[in-house]
Amino acid sequence: MKKQNNFIEYAPYVVFLILLMLWEIIVMVRNIPAWLLPSPTQILLAILEFKSLLLTHTLATLGEAMAGYVIAISLAFMIALVLNNCRWLMSGFYPLLVATQTIPLIVLAILLPIWFGFGLLPKIIIVVTVCFFPIVINLMNGLASVDRDQLNLFRSMGAKPLQTFFMIKLPAAAPAFFSGLRISATYSIMAAVISEWVGARQGLGYFMTIAQKSFRIDQVLAAVTIICILSLLLVKIVDWAEYLLVPWNRRLYEYDENTDKP
Amino acid sequence: MQIEISSVSKTLGTLHTLDNISLHVGEEEFVVILGPSGCGKSTLFNIIAGLITPDSGRVLINGKDLTGKTGKISYMQQKDLLLPSRRLLDNVSVPLLLKGLNKQAARSQAREYLPVFGLEEFSDHYPRQLSVGMRQRAALLRTFLFSREFLLLDEPFASLDAITRRKMHLWLKEIQQLFHSAILFITHDIDEALLLADRIYVFSERPAHVKREIKLTPEADNKAVKAEILALLG
Repeated sequence: MKKQNNFIEYAPYVVFLILLMLWEIIVMVRNIPAWLLPSPTQILLAILEFKSLLLTHTLATLGEAMAGYVIAISLAFMIALVLNNCRWLMSGFYPLLVATQTIPLIVLAILLPIWFGFGLLPKIIIVVTVCFFPIVINLMNGLASVDRDQLNLFRSMGAKPLQTFFMIKLPAAAPAFFSGLRISATYSIMAAVISEWVGARQGLGYFMTIAQKSFRIDQVLAAVTIICILSLLLVKIVDWAEYLLVPWNRRLYEYDENTDKP
Repeated sequence: MQIEISSVSKTLGTLHTLDNISLHVGEEEFVVILGPSGCGKSTLFNIIAGLITPDSGRVLINGKDLTGKTGKISYMQQKDLLLPSRRLLDNVSVPLLLKGLNKQAARSQAREYLPVFGLEEFSDHYPRQLSVGMRQRAALLRTFLFSREFLLLDEPFASLDAITRRKMHLWLKEIQQLFHSAILFITHDIDEALLLADRIYVFSERPAHVKREIKLTPEADNKAVKAEILALLG
């Protein structure tokens, strides 16, 4: 590994730490009250103080997010496959897919409990609505990106449609598919939290509304911190899955030395 | 394997592309189609491969009418069309997999030919880790594994530099003699045609027809032939 790369690798952490320190110092020097803006240490203390409560709520949110995420992936897969194979369905449904994304999330969060009650269902629906779009769009673009000559070559060799799909189309779509997964991973947690703002009995969103009503900004920010960490973790997991499943597309990690081509 | 194209015509949209083309390739023969760029040579290959049906005329392989049927003859293009997701060995075994062999059998059969094609050290490389010349050789091996008796090559070396290209020419001749393949080869490069061919069909501009058939013998004067072709293509 090269020295300069090491520095670049650590740069984000350094920047982050400096910002946190600035925040801490400003709160201390200006003597800002905790109900207005707590310092990073106060937030950390809040996390430690309420850790078991936060854990329960985190698990609830994570459950909703993951359930919605998995359903979104399966749904996106099916829709992308159908639309990719049928031109008129594609032109018919594509605008509708885009339209689902123009509905403000908060409106859904209010309306869905009215229709489906206060249980798990409306929350999962919200997560699915938010998550499936980036996946479906990326997957469709990926499937459509296949070289026509490549398909012709396979046809000339007498390939069956399924063979063409698994050998050409699916691998070609994989990188775009993972881009979609990565975006949706962060959305999933956010969408679950928003769905909990209205009518929930547990979850980080619920925890935040309660904390906010009693001016416990430190608790609100404690929940935000956990949301950030969760989202980043999910992105890391997607990165890791891509690394394993799309080995031919690995970006300059270990294969760097091999790029001097024979 | 013997290939016969008899009176093939094709209009693509409003573009009259092929005009009554007849040609044949005998056993172990190296035949070159020489013509200006965009004269419809590739359309002819698509017809031979069965991807396009001609408006009239027939494609006969060993005397059997296979017009418009895919799965018998494949071809190789200027683009290597290797799958980025597969390592070299798995790329070249694709035609064997498509024919129904299992992965193990396909790999071991393909592996036998890696040395002849100068690829044995690179069997585990992904296409993007290979040079252009390597990739073209891999593409040729893939075509070869689909059907070694007859190879259809559409300007396969057009994207290579002059030196690599020269090597590939000599090497392709070797391969042909080693495996007794018949080859139909498209190019717009006169020198390439003269170097490789047993016989040359000179095509006209669109709509393409066969302007002349030239048989090259070892004692033929290449300069005279070249002058003749240049005059034809004017």
